Parts: sequence; structure tokens; C-alpha cells
Amino acid sequence: MVDARGQSCPIPVIMTKKAMKSNEDYYEVLVDSKTPCENVTRFAQSQGYKVEVEDKGGEYLLKISR
Amino acid sequence: MTEKKNDKLFIIIAGLIIGVIAAGLAYLGNPKNMGFCIACFLRDTAGGLGLHRAAPVQYIRPEIIGIVLGAFGAAFAKKEFSSKGGSAPMTRFVLGFFAMVGCLMFLGCPFRMILRLAGGDLNALVGLVGFVIGIFCGIFFLKNGYSLKRTYSLTQAEGYIFPIIEVIVFVLLLAKPAFIFFSEEGAGPGAMHAAIGLSLAAGLVVGVLAQRTRLCMVGGVRDLALFKETRLLWGFIAILVAALITNLILGGFKLGMTEQPVAHTDGLWNCLGMLLVGFACVLLGGCPLRQLVMSGEGNADSAVTVLGLIVGAAFCHNFGLAASGEGPTPAGKIAVIIGIIVVALIGVVNTYVKAEKASEAA
Repeated sequence: MVDARGQSCPIPVIMTKKAMKSNEDYYEVLVDSKTPCENVTRFAQSQGYKVEVEDKGGEYLLKISR
Repeated sequence: MTEKKNDKLFIIIAGLIIGVIAAGLAYLGNPKNMGFCIACFLRDTAGGLGLHRAAPVQYIRPEIIGIVLGAFGAAFAKKEFSSKGGSAPMTRFVLGFFAMVGCLMFLGCPFRMILRLAGGDLNALVGLVGFVIGIFCGIFFLKNGYSLKRTYSLTQAEGYIFPIIEVIVFVLLLAKPAFIFFSEEGAGPGAMHAAIGLSLAAGLVVGVLAQRTRLCMVGGVRDLALFKETRLLWGFIAILVAALITNLILGGFKLGMTEQPVAHTDGLWNCLGMLLVGFACVLLGGCPLRQLVMSGEGNADSAVTVLGLIVGAAFCHNFGLAASGEGPTPAGKIAVIIGIIVVALIGVVNTYVKAEKASEAA
């Protein structure tokens, strides 16, 4: 679980990238605005993951799996 | 995959439109290679409001107002407007201040750097080299854990303040009260401008497109280096190509280093100026254009950054730090060096000092 709420880009993506070093099949990333949501999604997809976004009223929970 | 392709296509189309508009504005009255320049236009606006008294560069630029209000409208319509802030406001103010010092050494923000390239000004190529070096300086800190701590949701009213100020400034431009300054005909760049309505409309379109695409001039190189992500870079390239073609058609293209409009030929300082800009903007999370757009989206931290840019511009002209067509000033060179040191210190403090504390806690 990566909590990247309130972080401005590109830090949420860097946090996700660092977390992915552990090479697991499932991650959750929590962000609170649309831009990091898009950027993390784009990055995860480029790494071969699938992303499901859950809108939690102003916050977005990204379920990243492969 | 298709979604990703559409993404890229959208920013390329947006970039092409922005490039044509920017070159067109220069044709319609703005200074050459200055269809847009966030740094120059904030500086002119600061002059218009009397924050500095450099007579050649005083005019409230409707493009700035348009960008903020366009971004505000787009964010509002897409339910992305939200009042946020509280992430190291003073640090952002200082970074904005010194980003402006760098811009006014080079004579342009990253956006104008592209437009200068598109006009054949090869000094901008030297600036681009410095810009990329500066971005890599910033990336070094990002990779090592640099962060300005998180933002928080603020009261709804907070996010409206900056767009409202822009509306008031626009009213001042139209009403022309005696305390607002306008560069006199022939006095310099401040006297050169497209019609108010055209400038405002151009700003609005660019504001909407930049908000929707998250266009950012430092983001392109940064994301390519960090994640091999090329989307934002395509926006950058599209602006360059469209402005170049438009310039060729309208006769705004002149290849060379000397006698370029609103530019000087001091390579070292063009390079160091843009190095400072690239470095500061990576630590800020976006170029001056992106800061304007985010301040329209309700981001109070970005609004504070824009205030830093404005105050920086006022200082540059009140204390002779800004370069001119004749070249840099001695005080300006000192200011750029101080700026690079201060930005590096901000990087160190927010990367390593904080990391030590975190490891103590763990």
C-alpha cells in the first residue's frame, strides 16, 4: 500500500516505482487528485500491470495487479 | 493501449494548436518569439501594477488572465477543481522567486524557449542545454527522496481567490485607472501586444488545453529521464513544430544567434539562467505555465509560487538583475549564482535532513 495523497507529480509515480522493486503481483496506491491518478496508471501499465481505479470521493484507490 | 495512444494524440494536437496560437500572437502584435512567455508576461503584469518601474515592460497581459481562467473553467467543468495547499508555501515562494531570476537572465520561461527555438534563435539552444542540466540536477534529488511534504484540502474559498484576483486585474486593464502603468509606444516589449480580446481568447484556449493535457515544459524531459514516459515531451515537440511552421509561413523565422528579438548572445549566462529555471521547476513539480494552470485548479501552493514569480520579477527590475538585449548585468549574474546555491540547499534540506529524521523515527 502506497499512500501518495497530497504529493505532487512526479513523486507519486516515484513512490510507486520504488514500491514495485519488491516485484509483487499486487499493489495499492492511494492518491487524491486526478493528475497523479493518471500518471501512476500510465506508469503501472507501462510496467505490464493492470490498473483498476476506485473513486472514493476525492481520493482514488488504484488497484494495480498483474 | 488504445487509451494510451489517444492520450498521446490529444497532447500532440493540443501542442500543435498552442504552437500555432503562440506564433500567431507574435504576428498579431506581441513581441517577436513572445506569443507566450509566462515569465515575461508576469513581469509585464508586475510592471503594469507598478510593482517595478521599468518603463519598457509594463502591461497587464491578458494571456496570463486567460490561462488561469481557462484552466479554472476546464477544471470546474470536469469536477477537478479543488482547493488544496499547505505544502511548504515559503519554500515554493522562494523557488518561484529564483525561477524568475533564471528566466529573466535567459529572457524567457521554458515556453518562450521553445518559441525562440521555433523562431530560429539559436541562443535558445544554449538555454535548452542548461535547462536539461538543471532538470537532471532536480531529478537527482527526486530520486533520493526529495519531497515538500503533502498538501491538504483547504476551504473551498481558498481556491477561488487566485482566479478572482485575475478577474479584478482584468477589470483594471480595461478600466485603465491612473495607477496602472502602460509602456508607451516604442518604449519596449511592454508596448507590443495583440488586441486585448485576442490575447484573452488565446490565453483561455491555452489554459483549457494545458489543463486537460497537464502540459508542462519541464515534465517532458523529467518524465523521459525518470520513467521513459514520453507523453509530455510530445506536447513540447508539437508546440515547437507548429510554431516553427507558422513562423516560416508568416515570415517570423530568422536563423542565427545575433540580433534576435528580446534576446542576448551571452551563452554562459543563457545556459546558467535556464539551468536555474530547470532545477527550480523540477523541485516545484512544474514549469511556470503549469503553476499558472494549477493555481486555476484551486492549488494554493501554485498560487503562492506564482506570487513568488511575480515578486521575483519585480526584484529583477527594481535592482537591475534582469538581462536585456545588451546582455546580462553583473548583479544579475550574482543573483543567478545565489539562486542555484539556494535551490540546491532547498534540495538538500528536503531530501537528506528529512530522511535522517524519518530513519530516527523508524
